[in-house]
Amino acid sequence: MLLDALTLQLGYNATLVAIGAALLGISAGVTGTFLFLRKRALVSDAISHATLPGVGLAFIVMVWLGGDGRNLAGLMLGSAVSAWLGLLCVQSITRRTRLAEDAAIGAVLSSFFGLGVVLLTVIQTMSSGRQAGLDGLLLGSTAGMLWQDAAIIATGGAVTLALVLLLRRPMTLVAFDPEYARAAGVNTDRVDMLTMALALAVTVVGLKIVGLILIVALLIIPPVTARFWTDRSERVVAISGALGGISGFVGAAISASAPALPTGPIIVLTCFALFVFSLFLAPDRGVLAAYLRHRSFQKKVHLRQGLLAIAEHQPIYEPLTIRLLAREGLARRDGVPTAAGTARAAKALRDERRWQVVHTQPTYEAISSLYDGLREIESVLTADQLADIDEVIGGPKGVTP
Amino acid sequence: MTHLELATDHGAVVQLQALDACPLAIRGLTVSYGEKPAVFSIDATVEQGSMTAIIGPNGAGKSTMLKAALGVIKPLAGTVTVYGKPLDTQRHRIAYVPQRASIDWDFPTRVIDVVLMGLYRDLGLLGRIGRKERDLAADCLDRVGMHDFADRQIGQLSGGQQQRVFLARALAQQADLYLLDEPFAGVDAATEKAIIDVLKTLKAQGKTVVAVHHDLSTVTEYFDRVFLINVRKVAEGPVENTFTSENLQQAYGGRLATTQIDDLSLTAI
Amino acid sequence: MSGEEFVPLSLTPILIGVFTAVACALPGNFLVLRKQALIGDAISHVVLPGIVVAFLVTGSLAAWPMMIGAALAAVVAVILIEAIRRLGRIETGAAMGVVFTSMFAAGVLLLERSDTSTVHLDVEHALMGNLESLIWLDAYGWGSVLDPIALAGLPPELPRIFVTMLGVIAFTWLFWRPLKISTFDEGFAQGLGIRTGALGMALVIVSAIAAVAAFDAVGSIIVIAMFICPPAAARLMTNRLERQVGWSVVFAVLSAILGYVLAGYGPGWLGGDNAVSAAGMIAAVSGLILALATMFGPCRSRTGAPIEA
Repeated sequence: MLLDALTLQLGYNATLVAIGAALLGISAGVTGTFLFLRKRALVSDAISHATLPGVGLAFIVMVWLGGDGRNLAGLMLGSAVSAWLGLLCVQSITRRTRLAEDAAIGAVLSSFFGLGVVLLTVIQTMSSGRQAGLDGLLLGSTAGMLWQDAAIIATGGAVTLALVLLLRRPMTLVAFDPEYARAAGVNTDRVDMLTMALALAVTVVGLKIVGLILIVALLIIPPVTARFWTDRSERVVAISGALGGISGFVGAAISASAPALPTGPIIVLTCFALFVFSLFLAPDRGVLAAYLRHRSFQKKVHLRQGLLAIAEHQPIYEPLTIRLLAREGLARRDGVPTAAGTARAAKALRDERRWQVVHTQPTYEAISSLYDGLREIESVLTADQLADIDEVIGGPKGVTP
Repeated sequence: MTHLELATDHGAVVQLQALDACPLAIRGLTVSYGEKPAVFSIDATVEQGSMTAIIGPNGAGKSTMLKAALGVIKPLAGTVTVYGKPLDTQRHRIAYVPQRASIDWDFPTRVIDVVLMGLYRDLGLLGRIGRKERDLAADCLDRVGMHDFADRQIGQLSGGQQQRVFLARALAQQADLYLLDEPFAGVDAATEKAIIDVLKTLKAQGKTVVAVHHDLSTVTEYFDRVFLINVRKVAEGPVENTFTSENLQQAYGGRLATTQIDDLSLTAI
Repeated sequence: MSGEEFVPLSLTPILIGVFTAVACALPGNFLVLRKQALIGDAISHVVLPGIVVAFLVTGSLAAWPMMIGAALAAVVAVILIEAIRRLGRIETGAAMGVVFTSMFAAGVLLLERSDTSTVHLDVEHALMGNLESLIWLDAYGWGSVLDPIALAGLPPELPRIFVTMLGVIAFTWLFWRPLKISTFDEGFAQGLGIRTGALGMALVIVSAIAAVAAFDAVGSIIVIAMFICPPAAARLMTNRLERQVGWSVVFAVLSAILGYVLAGYGPGWLGGDNAVSAAGMIAAVSGLILALATMFGPCRSRTGAPIEA
């Protein structure tokens, strides 16, 4: 059954939904990257919660005009308008008052959502309150979706994605170096608003599939996950889009394969699984890699400090230093150096002297700034340069590592 | 970092006794941000009653060293003793002036309230702020020439005034050892004068002062000891024989032109 | 309105609303100043998985397992956020976004997959609460406030949130000084020997307890709104922390009472006959108060150029 779903064998609607979810995921991943890099990821939370009063009002207006309150296009329009208002409120609070953006976001999302809930209770009491459709917009639901709705979502996903791809250049510029972008004549405020507008578009399109509470996840988790795999901006954008697309497609497929698997949560949890995998196992930035690197770094520091203490005939205070020296065969358990330890210590001390010479000679200025206490001097100087330096120092020749 | 650890090492016991009266002793301090040491294997001994400047180029680990000495940053290795005892037992004897830039100056509080924060260790959680405490805080503000600003919101002060308020808060701590992080950074001339006067008064009272300092031209005028650092310790000692062109060259490398260094060390002699 | 009608039907919901608002607004002041306002948002989202897991483990909807489950979920969320922030070197906002959405999704999924058809447990209830239903059927008028028999019939949410509020007040009072110092100047606080890390965690846990107790009665929207809106509005009224906290309590109480009254009687004034969600209205009113403060608050704008004496 799951295989059927993944290979798009579950019928026309399910296929459309899966494709729509994939397109939505890609747009969300790409747009979210720009929010994330601007350190404004949670603005999307305000946007998404602020859709609710719009949804409620749109329903009431459509019923009042004698139409079907559940018309998806109408609800999307209403949600877009109120989300835009919410966004303007966040902006105006942060610009005009001393409050920080996080407070503005929290205030807008809770009061707009509160207003939305009030409107929902109004709808509940309306005679034509066929309000079941609105419940679905909180958490997303694709069960019993109309063909027309699926088509709107797929089209919306495709249009959003096209817009994101079209605008990615200025958005990249502003996300990475707003100062430079401004100097280059880019209107950063306008680009920021465009980015927000795209996030809003993603939210509105995702309302029906993922629901307004969880759509934030699609804007935040893929970029955060992508960041683990690369330090380069274009790649973060690409990987994030791919991760979002995979989550959307696989999540929608899993959800369609069995009952009681709500689409929104499944898509989010698929995305989260990818995140957890990356958090631990990504090379370089992953937790495991970082832990191993820290351990080896700590060892290097303690060994070096221990050797210098030996060379300068100072006591070694830290038990860890002694343990590490002992394990390397450089000292005994009581801290007394072995022959090998004494030799390595002499080398360490001589290297320190060499660095001192490097610091004082203007010719080595660039190299001097590389000093951090650990760097092997042979890695930055040639044998000839070392010989010159040893000439300055004098003393016994031929100290070998 | 505890006493116990030190005492188990035979070599260290002797050393410790020699340091007993020393306000601040740092041994083998290494601090790293990520995989690059910011300070590496530093030993420092601050002398009782001295005024010590910590100097070195940008990114040399000056502030890091001070913060690690206070336990504000966790070091990778090393021990810190204050008056011969572990840091945590001696906190009441230390006053600290952090960098002005690290603070949210929009915080809703008045100048006098900031100074009263310096009395936290005396007041504890619920001790009442009475007449005595208010008088002390007012007196501390007076000593830095900020008496008239007591009821101002801190965000309304100029940079120099903010720095003076921080110094007043440190004075309110009534400590023996004063640690200041770049107290003269971005302040006006009047403030610089006011601060140095207060610090010199403290020294005259037998207190010990350590300051991270970045203006080489005032070192000889303001301080009697220097600690030169560039990731590792370059030198420490009295200004006369430590603030020399060789040591400066050693600490600043090519980043300081030779002529500048000659000028500076000439004023030192 | 007569006491005979007011006391049984409106007194307890109003009191619960007020106690909730105060219990959330007090820690909210510090969260807002620490730029951690959205911790409240994160906590109230993860309450749902907490109570679902508690229900699955105990099989009942008793209050205590629910509250313990929710509190544990809040602590797990905070630890996860902190771990992701540090381990992954990710800014706090994004780390929060990852954690609370994923945990909320897990809660919804668990709810859908388990058989909860026999009990009243659903997402809507979790979000919106049901303040209006917390009525005091044993009351017959103002006299019942002193009548032990009638008092025994109080909705259990009322004493629970009252005790929580007292706990929050005690925490704020006891740790006022270190909270203030470490919020203003963390480096200096550490220099004094204040354990700022532990204190920050304690603040979050107290907020979580307030959120959980409140959530039980009124749903999570009010919780988020009360953590943020009253303290934010209060910040715009004064430049002193003591007064800010005072204002925030005033605004919180005002939102609760005004919101409840508008939700209950507002539709009637407009010619409707059904009350609307009190929780939603309270949140909306708090937003309105903040909007007014951003327009007219005496200390609304950032401190500009220093005023030279």
